Amino acid sequence: MFAFVVRRITQAIIVMLVIGLLGFSIKQKIGDPVRDIVGVSVSVAERDALREKLGLNDPFLTQYVRFIKNAVHGDLGMSFFFKRPTLEVILSKAPATLELVFASSLIIIFLSIPLGIYTAINPRNLPSRIIMGGSIVGVSIPVFLTAIILIYIFAVELHWLPSYGRGETVNIWGWESGFFTLDGLKHLILPSIALSSIMLPLFIRLIRSEMMEALETEYVKFAWAKGLSRWRIWFLHAFKNTLLPVITVGGVQLGILIAYTILTETVFQWQGMGFMFLEAVERSDTSLLVAYIIVVGALFVVVNTIVDIIYGLVNPTVRITGRK
Amino acid sequence: MKQWKRFKNSYFLHSFKRDRVAIVSFVVLLTLILLSILAPVIAPHNPYDTASIDIMDAEMPPSWMEEGNSDFILGTDIQGRGLLSTMLYGLRLSVMIGCGAVFLQAIIGIFIGMISGYAGGKVDSFLMRIADVQLSFSTLMVAIMISAIFQVAFGVSRYEQLAVPLLVLIIGLAEWPQYARTVRASVLGEKNKEYVEAARVIGLSSRRIRWRHILPNTMSPVLVISTIQVANAVMSEAALSFLGLGMPITKPSLGSLINSGFEYIFSGSWWITLFPGILLVVFVLVINLLGDWLRDVLNPKLYKG
Amino acid sequence: MNHLLEVKDLEVKFGLRMGDLTAINGVSFTLDRSERLGLVGESGAGKSVTGFSIINLISKPGYISGGSVVFDGRNLTRLTDEEMRHIRGNLISMIFQDPMMTLNPVLTIGTQMIETLQAHMNISRKTAEDIALEKLRKVHIPSPEKRLKQYPHEFSGGMRQRIVIAIALLTDPALVIADEPTTALDVTIQAEIMDLLLELCESEGTGLILITHDLAVVSQVTQKIAVMYAGKIVEAGQTEDIIDNPLHPYTQGLIKALPDGSNPGTRLNQIPGVMPSLIDIPPGCAFNPRCMIRGDICRHESPALREIYGYRSMVACHMLDSAEKQAGANVTK
Repeated sequence: MFAFVVRRITQAIIVMLVIGLLGFSIKQKIGDPVRDIVGVSVSVAERDALREKLGLNDPFLTQYVRFIKNAVHGDLGMSFFFKRPTLEVILSKAPATLELVFASSLIIIFLSIPLGIYTAINPRNLPSRIIMGGSIVGVSIPVFLTAIILIYIFAVELHWLPSYGRGETVNIWGWESGFFTLDGLKHLILPSIALSSIMLPLFIRLIRSEMMEALETEYVKFAWAKGLSRWRIWFLHAFKNTLLPVITVGGVQLGILIAYTILTETVFQWQGMGFMFLEAVERSDTSLLVAYIIVVGALFVVVNTIVDIIYGLVNPTVRITGRK
Repeated sequence: MKQWKRFKNSYFLHSFKRDRVAIVSFVVLLTLILLSILAPVIAPHNPYDTASIDIMDAEMPPSWMEEGNSDFILGTDIQGRGLLSTMLYGLRLSVMIGCGAVFLQAIIGIFIGMISGYAGGKVDSFLMRIADVQLSFSTLMVAIMISAIFQVAFGVSRYEQLAVPLLVLIIGLAEWPQYARTVRASVLGEKNKEYVEAARVIGLSSRRIRWRHILPNTMSPVLVISTIQVANAVMSEAALSFLGLGMPITKPSLGSLINSGFEYIFSGSWWITLFPGILLVVFVLVINLLGDWLRDVLNPKLYKG
Repeated sequence: MNHLLEVKDLEVKFGLRMGDLTAINGVSFTLDRSERLGLVGESGAGKSVTGFSIINLISKPGYISGGSVVFDGRNLTRLTDEEMRHIRGNLISMIFQDPMMTLNPVLTIGTQMIETLQAHMNISRKTAEDIALEKLRKVHIPSPEKRLKQYPHEFSGGMRQRIVIAIALLTDPALVIADEPTTALDVTIQAEIMDLLLELCESEGTGLILITHDLAVVSQVTQKIAVMYAGKIVEAGQTEDIIDNPLHPYTQGLIKALPDGSNPGTRLNQIPGVMPSLIDIPPGCAFNPRCMIRGDICRHESPALREIYGYRSMVACHMLDSAEKQAGANVTK
């Protein structure tokens, strides 16, 4: 067991180093650290002096090692546009994205579980067909289109909800939160619905298919034979067995969710990491771009490793072979 | 001729004919593809011909509304281009890029999946690790990152010039792991079957066994995911274009159109975003429906009684 | 006569796209209190479906299309879902084949036992726990207090089946239906489990329907046997009669096929052919294509289960009837 965890963590570290290498290479080829620091209106001679000072003429490997050392200490370079360390910029935008992801996750969990279970228990009746039909349509509508449609209906036509921004936020120990003001919450509604719209059909179908499998098992049949109430059978006996596959798939979907925050934040001008990334592209702020890739990469690696380890803890066969 | 007869009597065709959803989806898909191929011929205007565009025509609503003009059935966009024509060309671009990207990812994915599955051992672990990591980042994220880097590296105008092949490349690179995983799983299953052993005993080379013998037997799952992957590719391209990392506004795909029309819904010109949006959704939807049907047909385990 | 269980003309169909298939075609038998009946036949004969029909638990698309199942005076086929729920696991318990699949892997043994008790009796958790412990001891599970908190995968196959038996006996049911309870177990454990089941049924006076393909087991455990073939009972009677003097050609074939170790090295006796699947049941007597003594009538008419002159068992065979009639006629002459 211990060996398994160690192996997974080692793999995670290797992947991080590779990501770091990719990010670093990109920075080398495209970025210009000198410009990041002093801007564009500086003489050539001063530039060269600065290059020497920053060690930018050292061999690739030396610079790479330096880069990794800095990264481990939290220094991922300076943002050209914001004139602040990139990590600081990212962390200041993170709360916005995290709250959005959190709100969407809540929607996903509270809708997909009952709908998934319901459509599994009654696969062929009308409401189930409507839900499944809606799922396919939902998966076919790109998230940004959903967002736009939501804005059009609820903001432009009905004027019920705001169409952009985060609204009023409250600063709690450095975390700018939109959860604690009514205005902030109102701003949160449309973006989180839009963001959840892509994942919701997926989870409904996943829970449904896992539940249907669970409902066919011998132990569920035995539970019926024991004369237990059907709610107990559906929610305890059947559903509990769907949790593990759902969680493992869910953990992996995190990657997709983060990709979609970029799209959603753009439509709603939500000042989160995704929006920041896009602006960095437009402004050719390479340091910030690369820093985002590295931070997000690290996030994925951590989440996936944790999910893998949890899965290995619960499913002994994985530990032996090392592969699913 | 015999192949055709076999096909006509096959379970495949039989269940197709029985499934209304599949038939309707197929017809719609065929129509859309035909429309997109014939776009240059049937579009009422040529949206790429800057000479024929009049900025004064901009933002005209669809012809059935007041202020509408029968010249422009679905209205015009912000540059004065007829929306219908631009949409048709945009659909064409989406189809081209979608198919091109799927083709590329299929080639890469099948190749890697076959090598990985057949060779096994360290090679397999290594290749699949890469695939897993890339998948965990989600292919859309990878596509966004690669295109972001390309755009910063090449500069916006150069990027836009090379947009079509670049997008095919980007999406192809982002999505190969799906094919690789699928093919590898198939190969692992086939590898132990008797016909492989028989081929080895006869003395055929590994390469021949891989490509001439095993590969045809892995095609069924490849076919199933291909439909879904085309839908994914089209969606990815739309997302990239929407973000400004895809087709430029001068040669817009449906995604770029949706993007360009977005700000104008506030001033009331909803059609610029809505019509391309509807077209995109319908296109992806029918592909998804067909893909679902295909998966059910080719997978006898699922009895929908 | 007040039987504990009376199954009469039971008919079960499966509703498939291409039409309804008859799985059980008019099955009748009775069981008295504390009696043990063996339901014997090959896979696919319909024994398990019969077992499930008694507690109306057939998987869709199967359904009971005719007949009655009268338990303690009540017709179970006419009860509502809620009423049936009170009977299942309470008055009639069922034991399935593979204990690994029968026990829910994510719940502890304790949970799975206590929930059964609490579903049917209004008792506290502590009381339920005590009853569970008592039953675990009855099935010879050592240190039961510790075991309650463990998960199914922490037990061996034999122990798991003991637990399943304990669960079945939690509410002291009048009838236990055991569907191939030892088939999934190691041969060495099979005898142990069968002995345990027999011991418990005898001491508690519990009725037992033992569904199995294993005639040897049935001969040692049951008092009555019903032999099924292609959805019908072809022979039924006292165990010793059927084992010592099988009448129906199929039963004879089954008995002959048992290896008796007397001639090592010789071939085992087989019944030629295979039992037909539900879709392909031949007209007339379902066994006729494989039967040594078939006559013309066998190809057209399906024989009813009835007593044969001079014997205690009931048999469904045209040829026997006439042969016996002739023999009987000869005897009386």
